[in-house]
Amino acid sequence: MQLKLTVNGVTRSDEVEPRLLLVHYLREVCGLRAANVGCDTTSCGACTVLLNGESVKSCTVLAVQAGGQAVTTAEGLVSATGEMHPVQRAFREQHGLQCGFCTPGMVMATTSLLAENPHPTEQEVREGLEGNFCRCTGYHNIVRAVLAAAEAAGTEAEEVSA
Amino acid sequence: MIPAPFEYETAESAAHALSLLATHGEDAKLLAGGHSLLPMMKLRLAMPTVLIDIARVSELSGIRAEGAELVIGATTRHADIASSDLVTSEVPLLAYAASQVGDPQIRHRGTIGGSLAHADPAADLPMTLVALGGSIEITGPSGTRTVPAGEFFTGFFESVLEPGELLSAVRVPRGGTVPWGYQKFVRRANDWAIVGVAAYDGRVALASMGSTPIRARGVEDALRSGASPEQAASHAAEGTSAGSDFHADKEYREHLARVLTRRALEGRVG
Repeated sequence: MQLKLTVNGVTRSDEVEPRLLLVHYLREVCGLRAANVGCDTTSCGACTVLLNGESVKSCTVLAVQAGGQAVTTAEGLVSATGEMHPVQRAFREQHGLQCGFCTPGMVMATTSLLAENPHPTEQEVREGLEGNFCRCTGYHNIVRAVLAAAEAAGTEAEEVSA
Repeated sequence: MIPAPFEYETAESAAHALSLLATHGEDAKLLAGGHSLLPMMKLRLAMPTVLIDIARVSELSGIRAEGAELVIGATTRHADIASSDLVTSEVPLLAYAASQVGDPQIRHRGTIGGSLAHADPAADLPMTLVALGGSIEITGPSGTRTVPAGEFFTGFFESVLEPGELLSAVRVPRGGTVPWGYQKFVRRANDWAIVGVAAYDGRVALASMGSTPIRARGVEDALRSGASPEQAASHAAEGTSAGSDFHADKEYREHLARVLTRRALEGRVG
């Protein structure tokens, strides 16, 4: 069937099978490889993308369920001039990754978390990322990265309003 | 993992969903958030030949007060229930339970109707609805019927919902000041409850202590006779039929039921 939606701000129309999962649509049809297939069972969060700005696990969403809606992947966080998103920058600066497999999902889950709660406590960050597994870092630097991204966003907002 | 092939239909209204169900028969399944159904389809434990997407049917979504009850549309997402001021003030147990389902991504997709229709005895919302003494609205070809939560669940992943019927709404009593408690014991983040307990207004419901969410009648009787939370909780495993599995054996689950019931009766959450 014909699927029409927006991916990273670009309107697309593709012929897809109804059973095509969103993560496979993004990776194989759109060629966007940031979202990874990790557990494939709605547990690990490596496939996390934004659907209308909210984090979802794209291994458990049919591409056709996203019809008419807006999907954002980690590629879509990068600005038109190639600058990394503040959350991506914070993960790099705080070394919130080791092998990097979980990172796109972590970044998207963080983006969604900070949109809902711009100033989370450390505990809220840990609970807010409970749907994303990292098997390398032990999470400490990931949590630092999220807190740093929240702080940076707060600082930028103050500068804008000043 | 790839689901078996199916046809995809989009319902424009509840009536349209019912007519599509009637047209396609028993092999059709309703799809909202898909967070119970799609995992089953990926494992090919479910292989519907037609999916009827009801996620865009606005009349099936939303939260409103109606007399002494809140009415919550079937396709209302866990995240929207957890963050609803109305639910938080009128039925705080339900808002809290919704905030404990899965993880944030799951709560952005999963719906209350889907969770209840799935009828997993380990899940958060079935036991919560039983503790609340809520009810479930079912719409079918011959009209709408309302089933008390305690009569809705009939077995492991089974309910009174018939093929051709649509779980359309959930009703819960308003009672913002009623004491409540909620306990869920898991080994890892976003696991299913090894044992769960929801307590509300002298009613106690248990998850993972049988093939359906069940009332801890022994506890409730003891409370009515004036027993302390600790004394009442000692009856929590009576009449249960917990299974043994990889996570816990029957005796351990029975022990957890008593400990967690005491905590829930003390109004603790966790």
